[in-house]
Amino acid sequence: MPALEQPRDLLQRFAHGDVDAFEALFRQHQGEVYRWIVRIVRDPAAAEDLTVETFWRIHRAHARYDPSRSFEAWARRIASNAALDHLRSRPRETELPDDLVQNLPQSEQPDPGISQELRRKTARAFGRLPPKLRIAATLALIEEQPYHEIAEGLGISTGAVKLRVFRAVRILRKTLQRQGIEP
Amino acid sequence: MIRHDMNTDDERIRRLLKEALPPTSDHPKAKLQRDLWPATLRRLDQTSVAVPWFDWALLAAVVAWLAIFPRAIPVLLYHL
Repeated sequence: MPALEQPRDLLQRFAHGDVDAFEALFRQHQGEVYRWIVRIVRDPAAAEDLTVETFWRIHRAHARYDPSRSFEAWARRIASNAALDHLRSRPRETELPDDLVQNLPQSEQPDPGISQELRRKTARAFGRLPPKLRIAATLALIEEQPYHEIAEGLGISTGAVKLRVFRAVRILRKTLQRQGIEP
Repeated sequence: MIRHDMNTDDERIRRLLKEALPPTSDHPKAKLQRDLWPATLRRLDQTSVAVPWFDWALLAAVVAWLAIFPRAIPVLLYHL
């Protein structure tokens, strides 16, 4: 890539199918795309595979990309769809959060008022939420991403994100209440 | 008051969730550990030889047509 190349030129070359431009964009954005995906799927190995899948989809869709729009936002939407497909492809019964938790950070200062059993039940109930609701709730409540960023990344309105989070919380609360837990 | 209660309930759920599934943001595994370009290139190479399903369907239709009407073969060859 020439040293003085403008990003706009790079985006236009990518839209025309230039592989060097695609590689340059890949190297600029692979880390951010991976971080976005790992927040959603909470599994580093799956996130790596999905990052590759995302860029494969990006390459395949290059002709539909509008260089006047943000590449990062477009890439995030494609990454969100890839992550959603991944979550949908896994039967909910086998989505044992215990498997995921071992790949994830444990709470550094766990609240002594919340037992390990309660954590496990909550994680399991959360893992059984419909994937679309789970993604919105993960990003909003756990990762604390701003609503407008979640909306942009999922390709929906901010209001729709809030609605999904609201529904996720309602379902989660009912599920826990059925198990005798009063959250 | 109701709104206050709802917010308190939501805050309790949020806290419970963060205890059960801590955020990945600052965890080392949340950062990419290796370059994924070689894997992406392999993926692109694999798909470059893939044939779309409708091409296979078209080929099957032509073969079936030629099997049913064998006298159409010279006509097809003439037009190729």
